[in-house]
Amino acid sequence: MKPAPFDYARPGTLEEALQALAGHPEAKVLAGGQSLVPLLSMRLAAPAVLVDINDLPDLDHVRVSADGVRIGALARHAAVLRDPDVARVQPLVPLALANVAHATIRNRGTTVGSLVHADAAAEMPMVLRLLDGSLDVVGPGGRRTIPVAELYVGPLESSLHHDEIAVEAFFPALAKHTGVAFEEIARRHGDYAMCGVAAVVTVDGDRVVSARAGYLSVSDIPTVVDLTDALDGSISDASLAAAAEVALEQLEPETDIHATADYRAHLARVLTARVVTAAHENAREARS
Amino acid sequence: MTEQTHQIRLHVNGVEHEAAVPARRLLSDALRHDLGLTGTHVGCEHGVCGACTVLVDGQPMRSCLMFAVSAAGHEITTVEGLARPDGELGPVQQAFRECHGLQCGFCTPGFLTTITAGIAENPDPTEDEARDMVAGNLCRCTGYQNIVKAVCRAAELARSGEDGAA
Ligand SMILES: Cc1cc2nc3c(=O)[nH]c(=O)nc-3n(C[C@H](O)[C@H](O)[C@H](O)COP(=O)(O)OP(=O)(O)OC[C@H]3O[C@@H](n4cnc5c(N)ncnc54)[C@H](O)[C@@H]3O)c2cc1C
Ligand code: FES
Ligand code: FES
Repeated sequence: MKPAPFDYARPGTLEEALQALAGHPEAKVLAGGQSLVPLLSMRLAAPAVLVDINDLPDLDHVRVSADGVRIGALARHAAVLRDPDVARVQPLVPLALANVAHATIRNRGTTVGSLVHADAAAEMPMVLRLLDGSLDVVGPGGRRTIPVAELYVGPLESSLHHDEIAVEAFFPALAKHTGVAFEEIARRHGDYAMCGVAAVVTVDGDRVVSARAGYLSVSDIPTVVDLTDALDGSISDASLAAAAEVALEQLEPETDIHATADYRAHLARVLTARVVTAAHENAREARS
Repeated sequence: MTEQTHQIRLHVNGVEHEAAVPARRLLSDALRHDLGLTGTHVGCEHGVCGACTVLVDGQPMRSCLMFAVSAAGHEITTVEGLARPDGELGPVQQAFRECHGLQCGFCTPGFLTTITAGIAENPDPTEDEARDMVAGNLCRCTGYQNIVKAVCRAAELARSGEDGAA
């Protein structure tokens, strides 16, 4: 199928882009189009106006400083993935990005577009939640920062207003004595996962002082669970099993064409143990 | 309501084309229907199969997930642009022929463009890297064994071609 007709604007400045959006409540931003165009072709969305932001200047940056990684709205997944400074300051970003679609899709799709799209099966919204990052948006009233805790409000729904453009995402740097890990199970590498889990573990010596895990494709919004109390300071078969049960209490695995709810729960258990163990290992290596 | 059309210029395989298209014209359809370049194939039309892959400024991208109006101003290379200037097969095409990398040929244009960019970036891929390079493209008849062989052979041909030219 083909998209329904729409008016198309390709503004050269942010001001023009905001104006084009302001006039039409039915307008939508077009970034990489790697999620939006399929929705249009299947006629699951039919906006009256598309505002193509690909010509806006100064939005394709990937800036890295000691406090974290700032990713502009036109930075493609591929550019973020191959930036060595990103890997150094926040290694969870490339670990997760390597699992976002296939290389060809990553050449066009943007990381910020993926964050706005708010798919609970996507990697980056979950990673932003787990790292407690934020999204900067610009609207008629100026610029504001949306903390990730306020960004995801429902399935495929972020809290951006229809007349706002996301300009930059912020992923905080990896803290001291902290390790990360990511793993997902997909039917084919690069496809959306049936379940994916990331962990951030902070240690004091061998002792776990904090452990959090993020889950994708298990509930209908990206979900983060604090596992610190369940682990009770150490990594063992028993503490990992306890942690996985705590996580499952907060997840609502669903059955779909690819996996039953039981199978998803099983994957969440197995992956929780794996990524928490790996992140703990990673934290201890970082210390030495 | 009559639909508004946009007058656009598309640079494809080094040639500039003019076309009048509605904004919703997918790049894949513009290439096939407006420019007559039917080498680019359309399978799923939502980014999954890879048959429509073309190079945009040298990078493989799905032409079914781009609008023709968005492609204006960029350099597009389709499978028609992969032959050598003298009309001989390019290294990736040659390798597919030698290694039996195709049967019905439906998926082939997308593989050829993807691999052309892949070996430009990684001129000496291992078998695993070759597999990864084509992982986003679907083939329903050949099986990937021969396609992976073709990637390695294409890289070899491209390397020797450069040596020969130097
Ligand atoms: C075959 C295939 C497989 C995929 N697999 C995965 C996967 O495994 N994991 C994954 O995470 N993703 C996957 N994707 C999606 C891909 O990562 C997209 O790049 C991403 O979801 C959206 O980014 P985009 O730039 O293409 O956004 P678009 O498609 O252009 O936009 C998506 C939505 O966000 C809005 N939007 C985009 N940018 C902005 C902005 N700056 N300000 C305001 N609103 C904005 C749009 O209006 C639209 O509603 C896949 C896509 C395909 C086609
Ligand atoms: S037709 Fe474009 S990816 Fe299938
Ligand atoms: S050769 Fe027939 S689909 Fe690949």
